Amino acid sequence: MNPSPDFLRSLTERFPQVIPHVRALGIELQRADAEAAQARLPPRPEFVGDPERGLLHTGVITTLIDSVSGVAVFARLGAPEAIVTLDLRVDYLRASPADSALICRAVCYRLTPHIAFVRARVWQRHEDEPVAESLSTFMRAGAGRGPLERRR
Amino acid sequence: MSAAGTRLAELCRAAREGDTKMLLAQVPYARYLGVRMQVSAGTPRFSLPFTAHLVGNPALPAVHGGVVAAFMENAALLHLLLMLPAGRMPRSVDFSIDYLRSARTETLYAGCEVTRLGRRVAQVQIRCTQVAQGADEAADAGFSPAATPDGAAETGDDRLVALARAHFLLAEPE
Repeated sequence: MNPSPDFLRSLTERFPQVIPHVRALGIELQRADAEAAQARLPPRPEFVGDPERGLLHTGVITTLIDSVSGVAVFARLGAPEAIVTLDLRVDYLRASPADSALICRAVCYRLTPHIAFVRARVWQRHEDEPVAESLSTFMRAGAGRGPLERRR
Repeated sequence: MSAAGTRLAELCRAAREGDTKMLLAQVPYARYLGVRMQVSAGTPRFSLPFTAHLVGNPALPAVHGGVVAAFMENAALLHLLLMLPAGRMPRSVDFSIDYLRSARTETLYAGCEVTRLGRRVAQVQIRCTQVAQGADEAADAGFSPAATPDGAAETGDDRLVALARAHFLLAEPE
């Protein structure tokens, strides 16, 4: 199903409005369509994990991945539907300096009637030097329900 | 050992003896989430009191899945740190989580088991639970056994929210 431009625009606008933790972190959704979702997370001092080495906490990366992966599924679905993360795994490939923004792109590469499969990549300086790679699966919990659905 | 390493080692020692506040203050992101840590009989237990900025799905409502994961990653790191003699942060290699139930907007609890502790690599398993039903008495009462009606409510083991595992690279001894 090709998502309508209205749906995608609504998704992009409502994403930080509707999900409190996304708004609290300051995740900026840059792209959401049937092919991919992408977001940027500007750095903050409270995101530090290792103060001695000046590195971001990996939990911030995981949260960003979970959020953007979910958006990738919504955008691929093209219509409001509740989804639930089943599993998520992340490989941390490089140390992430705490003073640099994170970019995450997620692709829902397979959609079945019940399950969505997503892969995601996170980088800072350049996409070819990822700080993390991820695979996740989501369960589709039913059409017409979901946190990003516009209430009538 | 470097000055920073000595300080971290001191904070770990204090935490093992029950004073965890200063160690938690060393991990800004743990402080931002609101992670709490208690050590009894040498075993750390972790909790994450609910606050509004942790919500993922306001319709359910539920805590954000990334927060659950980040809480469990924090628990694994802090648990491992307490067990290691050297004063340097282990570095995360990978993290894998299975979500079993949505996390209600109540306190989360976590406990860890270090299943592998080699010279270079450690593996930690993490369980995240919530109190099964009713008011979140365990959170209000803190961890004190005397204030909660039964053992299950004290530890919040009733409702398994997620299971995770993490690999860490251990720093070279200085």
